[in-house]
Amino acid sequence: MLAQFLQFLFSGITVGATYALAALGFTLIYNASNVINFAQGEFIMLGGMLAVFFAQSGLPLPAAMLLAILVPAGVGVLIEKLAIEPVKGAETVSLIIITIGASLVIRGLAAVGFGKGTFSLPAFSGETPIDVLGATLMPQSLWVLGVTAAAVGALWYFFNYSLAGKAMLATACNRMAAQLVGIDTNGVLFLSFALSAGMGALGGILIAPLTLTAYDVGVMLGLKGFVAAVLGGLGNGLGAVVGGLLVGLIEALGAGYISSAYKDAIPFVLILLILFFMPRGLFGARLTERV
Amino acid sequence: MRASPYIGLHIVIAILALLPFVLPNSFYMDLAIRMAINAVIVLGLNLLIGFAGQISLGHAGFLGIGAYASAVLPTHFNLHPLLAMGAGAALAGLLAALVARPIFRLKGNYLAMATLGLGIILNIALRNEAAWTGGPDGMPIPALGLAGFELNGDRQWYWVVAALLAVSVWASLNLIDSPFGRALRALHGSEVAARVVGVDVARYKLAIFVMSAVFASLMGSVTAHYIGFVTPGVADFFHSIELVTMVVIGGMASVYGSLIGAVLLTALPQALATFEGWETVVFGAILMLSMIFLPRGLVPTLAARFGRGV
Repeated sequence: MLAQFLQFLFSGITVGATYALAALGFTLIYNASNVINFAQGEFIMLGGMLAVFFAQSGLPLPAAMLLAILVPAGVGVLIEKLAIEPVKGAETVSLIIITIGASLVIRGLAAVGFGKGTFSLPAFSGETPIDVLGATLMPQSLWVLGVTAAAVGALWYFFNYSLAGKAMLATACNRMAAQLVGIDTNGVLFLSFALSAGMGALGGILIAPLTLTAYDVGVMLGLKGFVAAVLGGLGNGLGAVVGGLLVGLIEALGAGYISSAYKDAIPFVLILLILFFMPRGLFGARLTERV
Repeated sequence: MRASPYIGLHIVIAILALLPFVLPNSFYMDLAIRMAINAVIVLGLNLLIGFAGQISLGHAGFLGIGAYASAVLPTHFNLHPLLAMGAGAALAGLLAALVARPIFRLKGNYLAMATLGLGIILNIALRNEAAWTGGPDGMPIPALGLAGFELNGDRQWYWVVAALLAVSVWASLNLIDSPFGRALRALHGSEVAARVVGVDVARYKLAIFVMSAVFASLMGSVTAHYIGFVTPGVADFFHSIELVTMVVIGGMASVYGSLIGAVLLTALPQALATFEGWETVVFGAILMLSMIFLPRGLVPTLAARFGRGV
């Protein structure tokens, strides 16, 4: 009983960490531009696929990983420069379609470049499972949790103690006011796309040894990251992390105890229920509409 | 000015009437039928997105309800296909009515999330309930007919679908000029202001959502009968996106934009088939480019350029 529960718990928070990173990506871009970046899932895919690609081409794993973060970050910046900056202030629907267009381009290029097969990345430190009260914990899960925690910590430090981070927070609060006090809001937009693409790619690399990766894994991962971001209240960084872990946990428990066939539906049922009762997510701010 | 929308309607009817005599072969006939079916769906969706300003990223789910009602009810319960179509529409309408109140308290991206979730849940259910739906492989659909007469062949289908489209265009034009349509546009402009002047915002949102869901379900049934086979792909996220894209590329809140959007995006995959493997890339790039350079959609942008209201 306990062993089984622990097993679900481990797999839940491991996947949840990836959702949390994706949700943070959504949050960063949303705060800088009010855009929901539907290409976020493709950064996760790119991270995993590029890490496999660079590792197979002979680079040592750390170097392959670094490149697999930097390249998607570059792609994120490219999207921002070419497609988001020129259409500032467009309607939500138009922005959604632009980012979906971007995701199709990335996914299509990945399919052409890497083929449509599935790939796996070797685990960072062996495949010997650790026994915890009868449940098995893969060493890779510890890597996922540890690195995610470190990334979240670094981000927290960045927002609270660096000038660039504070400029991003200020822009999120009120772009006009931020601009008036001399903050380069375009620079903020640039940085937020680079950061969130890098964050998504990191999640994709960490989870790749556990789940296999392919050119089309980004769709579901991205949508679940979006669920996590909305669950935590769009625009709330802490909410995104908590939302990600919660979505992962509830999905794993639901798949284990209720129905594994409906595993992918669970996050969406969850978010509908939450939104019915809390229209702004768990930690979303209340807003008053001005006429 | 008052008469001008109907000039367009006459042109549409004229094109629809002449088209079968101009099209060279059944390939183009098939394309025209699918364009017309999509156009009807997009008209309904544009009322919701363009006029009322409420986004739906799960509309293919309602299409799926209609398509699968037409598949499952006649196959497993021996129901007449027309009754099955009606039952599907009723089910879609009921589901829309049920979720409308909680969903439409949400705005913008939260609304996008909720409708997206709804569509994905429906799609996963269709994939999983294999005993009823045939699972990911889908299932065949019986022919559509009434009193001994059975619809078959491209010609017959074309006239049925063309008539549906003409009626839908006429109905949409009338609807947006009615008090109902003005109320929708008012709540798109500002919900609070609409409420202040006495528009029952929640009721109108519910009505338009139910209407577009019923539209989608009926056309889902029609598509399914026309193709003769249905797979869960009809209800997937990408199809929802395709429909929204048709609305936006043609032009939000433009009846004729809906037609153009449906025609262009139905033809696009055919045109891209020559790119072998690069279709997705080119399709995505076209979406991005058209939104960057024509953010208001084709018809409204062109209409503004030539100084006429459409």
